[in-house]
Amino acid sequence: MKLREVKEILNADVIVGEEKLEMEVKTAFGADLMSDVLAFAKAGSLLLTGLTNTQVIRIANVLDIAAIILVRGKKPQTESLALAKELQIPILTTKYILFETAGRLYAKGIVGCLEQVEDHSAHS
Amino acid sequence: MVAWNKLKITVHTAETENYLYTNSFDIEGGNFNKAGTIATGIKSILKELGLPNDVVRKSAIVSYEAEINIVSYARKGIVTLTVTSKNVEIDVTDEGPGIPDVELARKQGYSTANQQIREMGFGAGMGLYNIDCYSDKFDISSEVNKGTFLKIIINIP
Repeated sequence: MKLREVKEILNADVIVGEEKLEMEVKTAFGADLMSDVLAFAKAGSLLLTGLTNTQVIRIANVLDIAAIILVRGKKPQTESLALAKELQIPILTTKYILFETAGRLYAKGIVGCLEQVEDHSAHS
Repeated sequence: MVAWNKLKITVHTAETENYLYTNSFDIEGGNFNKAGTIATGIKSILKELGLPNDVVRKSAIVSYEAEINIVSYARKGIVTLTVTSKNVEIDVTDEGPGIPDVELARKQGYSTANQQIREMGFGAGMGLYNIDCYSDKFDISSEVNKGTFLKIIINIP
């Protein structure tokens, strides 16, 4: 679906990337542990998180994340906002909690960027 | 750069292969605002070299975790990136407290992170574990009160 539909489903505000709402997204990953985001999130996916610091933006950049969805009504920190604008990474914020955010997107066809992790390993 | 580690691990795996790229990058300990910039740069370099996406991704993950470790624990560090036709080698040397028990530190979930590190979304004992998982070869040596040396190799298929 288009990022615009994600925005509508989540009743989200677009903080960065109004011009990128026509972008297509199919998959998502959600976590507040950045080491797990690094290990498991895939290029082109949405990143659902409640963390708002610059690390989230840099990791999204390194992994080619399509857009960051801040859950639980979080707003990016000032430095994060500036960095996201510089790197042109869309940020949306929704008041839904992580569970609801994921569920509502899943119900409309967005799936996990992976279903489950492998045994005793983070190998992709 | 500290010299002590050179006695422990001799780095010349790539001697007879074709060098595509080599460069070193300084990392400042304690500067959380800049944390991740070196890993981001490494990713861009590898992408520009036209390496497979999987190799670029693995290299970005391991260098990001290594960078976070330096910023979190060490005074300063150096990352040396060497790319040959066969592999990507990422050597990480820091001047810092060192790790008393490296085997313990490699285990998933083991962490000595403080609150500041945890608030950033790190410090859950995944750093060295992730490096282990996403590399084809991972050697670590450390000396308490001196520093830590990581040698990470990711093969190019």
